Amino acid sequence: MKLFSKRNIIGFLIIMLSYISVQLLINNGTIDSYLMLNIVIIGINIILAVSLNLITGFTGQFSLGHAAFMSIGAYVSAIVTVKFGFPFVIGIIFSALAAALAGVLIGIPTLRLKGDYLAIATLGFGEIVRILALNIDYIGGATGFNDIPQFTNWAWIFFLTVGTVLLITNFIKSYHGRACIAISEDEIAAEATGVNTTYYKVLAFAIGAAFAGIAGSLYANYFYFIKPDSFGFMKSIDILVIVVFGGLGSIGGSIVGAVALSIISLFLQNIPELRMVVYSLILFIIMVYRPQGLLGKHEFKLFKKGGKINVSAESK
Amino acid sequence: MEQLFQQLINGISLGSIYALIALGYTMVYGIINLINFAHGDIYMVGAYVGFAATTFFHLGFIPALVISMVVCSILGVIIEKVAYKPIRNSTRIAALITAISVSLFLEYGMMYFVKPDTRTFPNVLAENRITFFNGQVIMDMKNLYIILITVILMLILQYFVHKTKTGKAMRAVSLDSVAAELMGVNVNKTISYTFAIGSALAGAAGVLVGIYYNSINPLMGIVPGLKAFIAAVIGGIGIIPGAVYGGFFLGMTETLVSAYGGSIFKDAVAFTILILILLIKPNGLMGKNVQEKV
Amino acid sequence: MNKKLSLLIVSLLSISMLAGCSSAATTAAKSDKVKVGLNYELSGNVATYGQGLTAGIELAFEEINNNGGVLGKQIEEVKLDNKSDNTEAANVSTRLATRDKVVAILGAATSGNTKAATPAAMQNKVPIISGSATADDVTVDSNGKVRDFVFKTSFSDSFQGVMMSNFAYDDLKTKKAALLVDTTSDYSKGLAKNFKETYSKLGGSVVDEEAYQAKETDFRAVLTKIKGQKPEVLFVPGYYEEVGLIVRQARDLGLNVPILGGDGYESPKLAELAGKGALNNVYYTTHYSSNDDSQSVVKFRDAFKKKYSKEPDAFNALGYDLGYFLADALKRAGAVDSVKLKDALAVTKDFKGVTGTFSIDKNHNPVKSITIIQMKNGEPTFLKKLNP
Repeated sequence: MKLFSKRNIIGFLIIMLSYISVQLLINNGTIDSYLMLNIVIIGINIILAVSLNLITGFTGQFSLGHAAFMSIGAYVSAIVTVKFGFPFVIGIIFSALAAALAGVLIGIPTLRLKGDYLAIATLGFGEIVRILALNIDYIGGATGFNDIPQFTNWAWIFFLTVGTVLLITNFIKSYHGRACIAISEDEIAAEATGVNTTYYKVLAFAIGAAFAGIAGSLYANYFYFIKPDSFGFMKSIDILVIVVFGGLGSIGGSIVGAVALSIISLFLQNIPELRMVVYSLILFIIMVYRPQGLLGKHEFKLFKKGGKINVSAESK
Repeated sequence: MEQLFQQLINGISLGSIYALIALGYTMVYGIINLINFAHGDIYMVGAYVGFAATTFFHLGFIPALVISMVVCSILGVIIEKVAYKPIRNSTRIAALITAISVSLFLEYGMMYFVKPDTRTFPNVLAENRITFFNGQVIMDMKNLYIILITVILMLILQYFVHKTKTGKAMRAVSLDSVAAELMGVNVNKTISYTFAIGSALAGAAGVLVGIYYNSINPLMGIVPGLKAFIAAVIGGIGIIPGAVYGGFFLGMTETLVSAYGGSIFKDAVAFTILILILLIKPNGLMGKNVQEKV
Repeated sequence: MNKKLSLLIVSLLSISMLAGCSSAATTAAKSDKVKVGLNYELSGNVATYGQGLTAGIELAFEEINNNGGVLGKQIEEVKLDNKSDNTEAANVSTRLATRDKVVAILGAATSGNTKAATPAAMQNKVPIISGSATADDVTVDSNGKVRDFVFKTSFSDSFQGVMMSNFAYDDLKTKKAALLVDTTSDYSKGLAKNFKETYSKLGGSVVDEEAYQAKETDFRAVLTKIKGQKPEVLFVPGYYEEVGLIVRQARDLGLNVPILGGDGYESPKLAELAGKGALNNVYYTTHYSSNDDSQSVVKFRDAFKKKYSKEPDAFNALGYDLGYFLADALKRAGAVDSVKLKDALAVTKDFKGVTGTFSIDKNHNPVKSITIIQMKNGEPTFLKKLNP
């Protein structure tokens, strides 16, 4: 596949065009801090959703502790930029590494678990991380970590989001990705045909966790303040809902899901008391009437004729 | 020494609450393989029904308990028919998220109607205490009531499941629902019965907790629900005695961890034990090893 | 390839939708209303406090509007829910400051959510006042500099913790204390930390420190352990929902030492939860006492009961004072202008509220006298008043 093929050049131009046009809107004030904040939230949600989709949608590993990886990334970035004064890029790198390490730590012991048991184990892991964070005074404990410098701007959020989507998409399309998909379809058959399931399961966790860590880093260095309870069980559920809403096994779906749910959340700001009731009803309706999510297993077909990507994400 | 006895009593009381809620979880999972996240919220509704019965209708303890159990079992059946039946053949994730949506609906729906404030129960059980060891170890009559009621309910349940026809149907459906249907079991009705019984137990737990701790609020079901689920898994999910065993085990462990210095980490310990059990003996302490057929 | 295009389309769509849903951006100063933003936890796990504070604020605004408003204009509130979540608190704060163009933001209920909300307020030069946040770093940053546009009207944790420690050592003459702390609350941890430091400095020793989490109901295990360590006094700096149960269970277990706490105890529900018999030998610091029979407090209680059909608690009272505090500063500012308002807030002197008379010091914290209440058989009795 040539680097300078027509598709790649057009793709590159579209990316740069989007970046520049939004940057101009920011510079002339059309996009104010309120819109910027919500764009950042959407970007972070996209990264979280796509990374969780890799673990749960494409590799079939049911993970309910994704927010813990974000939490680790956020705190590491805060420590690196505040306590040690390093620049943002170092913070991002360390966040990714720390979260990836956590991904390996959770991936290895849970290799034998499947389905609901794996879900509960990951939920437990997420809670353990949260409880530990509540009790470590170095990072503030329940008081939280305040005065984190704001480094995240449109450039960072845009390029990291695009980068995440590109990297994970390419991973899925490669041999490694197909191995992961095979595992989600039928693990025993995959093992029998020579796929090293151990390696790929842990790898999926590590990569998914690393990107969640990056999302955490972007979060911490935008919102100035983080505390352990923001990264609890409900946050993990929120991310899972985005992935399922958009369609497990569809990267485009995760993106659309992230945007759609963030916007729905914004509209629900206007009815505080009934907000969660409406949210739960929306969830319920989606699950009953379209459980495969908005995009199901489809991807956007714009330059290809027909043919959906052969991803089946029926986790049992 | 007295401390240890007191902690034992504390642990057993705590454990019996977990056991009651865990029973409902395990029954539902055993029969339709669904982690009913809304179970903890049915417990919460039971507590509120008990509150209404004792505060507005001035009923006594036993009538309130019975009413709460009845209301909760009806609620459980409704939830099953409306929410869980349509997704019975969907993927696990869809089922899980549906359960979560029902849970959120119950919590915040209740919060909308009764406001998020804590409420207290009127005193329907006399304040009675027994002391041992010269007053060093104290057991409240309410502790005793809870333990007794839990054990009685569990015995009734065991009898029901093993000696009645419906109970047999429940066991059959949880083993193999297709075969059961072929043998003439009405699967839908059996599932409804299961939900009804499980929810009734949760409702009973709610009333007992309301009376014992004297405090209820719309979000009270989240943490006990999760802990009860851990208890059910520890004992072996789908196995009824396992739920009770798991409940007492978890209650004792939490209490002893708090007693010997780790009160900050007691929840983390509970989750760690969960993960260890899942790794070492995933079918639970009372479970059998089931080989996976290819 | 497809992903990039979809990303582009989706981002353009969302930007246009977000831009479209902005509320009418009127120039605040020219309209005949004073817009005040409320950033509170109306749902989520601390909804009780958020709703309590807004109930008090709304009563205050209603009274002020019925009396002609402030600066001749009616107060219009823009109330938004931050879901007890700090990302949403930041989101709401930004929206109130940039889109709704409020003259000031009131909120949030917890220190954590207030801290999340302040950067937007600071950047847009809109004063933000919290009636219940207590952490020291809400108003002062890590370099010791005061955050210009941020104010608190409730005691700092350091203040209450120190006061209670002095009381335990000097007044109750105890030398061994045990602590039972809510580790999920920065308020509780703040008070505990300050209590410990002061108590040790005075010469006392802390024999045990145990933890619990908010919304828990069973404390017997930790209370049994504490009892075994034989403390002379127990400091429980939590909120009434858990403290009520703690007191009841402590007395059930035979732990009869004095129990001390902070303003989190102040609620008529405390006696309900604990049971009147158990509520003995309990002391706590507060700003507001429902038994205070001064005219303004009685008037407030009657008005609150009339509007909401229940007795007010400390959060309601703090909210009420917050509403009036803002109106008072606006009057002194002379115009509906955020910067002038900020200056007026900073020099507040002797504001008379139902939670006490206070001035704002150089760190934008209130200088308030503190009352110590003693509970006797479920009835609060005034013990003493301490001036800072």
